Amino acid sequence: MSNNIVEIDNLSFGYKGRLLHKGINMVFPRGKVVAIMGGSGSGKTTLLRLIGGQIKPSMGEVRVDGEIVHEQDRHGIYKLRRKMGMLFQHGALFTDLSVFENVAFPIREHTDFPESMIKDLVLMKLNAVGLRGAHSLMPVELSGGMARRVALARAVALDPDIIMYDEPFAGLDPISMGVICDLIRSLNDALGATSIIVTHDVEETFSFADYVYFVANGEVVAEGTPQDLLRSELPFVHQFVHAEKDGPVPFHYPAADYKSELLMRT
Amino acid sequence: MIKSNLTVSIVRTLRNIGKRMIERIWRLGAGARLFFLTIIYSGESFRRFHLTVREIYSTGVMSLLIIVVSAFFVGMVLALQGYYTLQKYGSSEAIGVLVALALLRELGPVVTALLFAGRAGTAITAEIGLMKATEQLSAMEMMAVSPIARVVAPRFWAGVISMPILAALFSMVGILGGYLVAVPLIGVDDGAFWSQMQANVDVREDIVNGVIKSLVFGVACTMIALFEGFDAPPTAEGVSRATTRTVVTSSLAVLGLDFVLTSFMLAG
Amino acid sequence: MDRTTIDLWVGVFVALGVAALLGLAMKVGNLTTGKLGETYSVTAAFENIGSLKPRAPVKSAGVVVGRIDDIKFDSKTYEAIVTIDIDKRYPFPKDTFANIYTAGLLGEQYVGLEAGGDEETLKNGDKITQTQDAVVLEKMISKFLFSKASESKEDEPKATTSATKSADGKSTELGDAPF
Repeated sequence: MSNNIVEIDNLSFGYKGRLLHKGINMVFPRGKVVAIMGGSGSGKTTLLRLIGGQIKPSMGEVRVDGEIVHEQDRHGIYKLRRKMGMLFQHGALFTDLSVFENVAFPIREHTDFPESMIKDLVLMKLNAVGLRGAHSLMPVELSGGMARRVALARAVALDPDIIMYDEPFAGLDPISMGVICDLIRSLNDALGATSIIVTHDVEETFSFADYVYFVANGEVVAEGTPQDLLRSELPFVHQFVHAEKDGPVPFHYPAADYKSELLMRT
Repeated sequence: MIKSNLTVSIVRTLRNIGKRMIERIWRLGAGARLFFLTIIYSGESFRRFHLTVREIYSTGVMSLLIIVVSAFFVGMVLALQGYYTLQKYGSSEAIGVLVALALLRELGPVVTALLFAGRAGTAITAEIGLMKATEQLSAMEMMAVSPIARVVAPRFWAGVISMPILAALFSMVGILGGYLVAVPLIGVDDGAFWSQMQANVDVREDIVNGVIKSLVFGVACTMIALFEGFDAPPTAEGVSRATTRTVVTSSLAVLGLDFVLTSFMLAG
Repeated sequence: MDRTTIDLWVGVFVALGVAALLGLAMKVGNLTTGKLGETYSVTAAFENIGSLKPRAPVKSAGVVVGRIDDIKFDSKTYEAIVTIDIDKRYPFPKDTFANIYTAGLLGEQYVGLEAGGDEETLKNGDKITQTQDAVVLEKMISKFLFSKASESKEDEPKATTSATKSADGKSTELGDAPF
């Protein structure tokens, strides 16, 4: 068994000739928390979809537990997905089910556990995210941070080997952010899972991630441990980590010369 | 210069027509694909029938009130209108036949389907559109649960089961409404009302054919609502447009299918 | 909402639907009146059946005793072969007479059976030999016009009275048909 649970090998993906990813290589070792960082629109979320097999790569391959994802049939993909848990950007809780039923959903779908066991499991997971007391609420009654935590409890309901987080900090207040940071780390270590985090929040991510990939223009532009990257002199990483306005990533969207465009109107 | 401008605009118009046609055909194909997938996944969702039962509650039971009230008024109006025409020919006893046949053959299935599209169809489209927009369907897929088996198929079967029941109730309540106007109000003979009806309404040709119609409408309306929801762009505007399209497409489909089915039934 | 409440409502809903369908079939439709018990079927050949259709009633003395099951055309004799289902409770003698009548002036057509005097009764698969065709309005009118024309040629001054007479004669000839 390979030490890497997920391997991305020379992966390209794009729509209609416009490539979003151009030959990406990444490895995700077991038991680690790995972050994929990059600006908005750099195709980070698409990477998670490729790992989950929701879309097929144009070239190259993604291997999960040694199996090539895009070569699986429906049955095979579903088998792989049972090893994965995913936290969506806004939680994606089922609005017609209560908090308890949301967390119970994957357990009910994939096991034949008796009701008492399901109840114990769900309360255990909810307790882990600190929301055991909220089990009878409906998703609309939750705040953004609470919804994210319930979704996290749901994502780990079946003790997955891989937990994927899509922008787990987006739109959260500092307290909720801190809570989610702690949860990601502690759940990862408690379950012995591998966490893949897609985010652009530097400070929080660097505080707990084991390894970080930087993606820009469809390529991996930098990688390393947070400490390495903080010291990095690469212009892109420097701009990103220190949140500078202009640099390799320009402030302006590519446009014609400003002066000539102004003159053209007259 | 003018000539070339004209050519350009003609080419542009033709291209637009072509683009729209291709889009329509593509949507038709995508809808058919969803329909077949729904049928294939139905077994999976039948194993947990309580999901379908829950959807029957929200599509069928929740539509009861509007169906019953509309049916009552439609029946009463039919009886009134029928009476004023029939009495000119001295055959006001035939009012029962008129009301019953109009409801069983046409108005029951058709009006029920139109109301269903407005009441339940839009709800289905909006619900699925929002589930898609908030990534609930994606989340389901990532949990290795097929949204078609879990979300689409139960709603589909709930619609197909609810529609004939609603149509039968519509006809029954409509006939009662017609009876209330014809017998106590206008003074048509009670016995003549029912006996003329019984002599002229055929179980197979009128009642069973009405049920067949409403089954077909049930499949069409529910499938259109499901597809529009599934196909909606994940934005507020997308969902609202999809909801409108559900009503328009369902209504046209019901009326068109009604013509086709009626011509087959009258010929057969 | 609670699952048991939903189950209850859906149960009520489905029961209402089934009740409505049964009510329609019983009270509105002809399920109760149109259903025959066990039947035996006999055939009868007609030269012309007019607009007789399958499922039309078969009456004797005004009472419905059966239904038309099937109508076929015999290409050897050029006759219509009508299969009639008669209720087992009503045995008819072998020499029963089958007529095609019209209900009302323009109503639907039906078969009327008039019992003969034979001791033996009709059995399943038997054939009724004595039949009378449907009255076709066009034929009747053309016959009437033809006879009027021929009479008026023979005897011009008497034309009107004889025409009335022949018309009367026709109506008595057809008198056994209850128009």
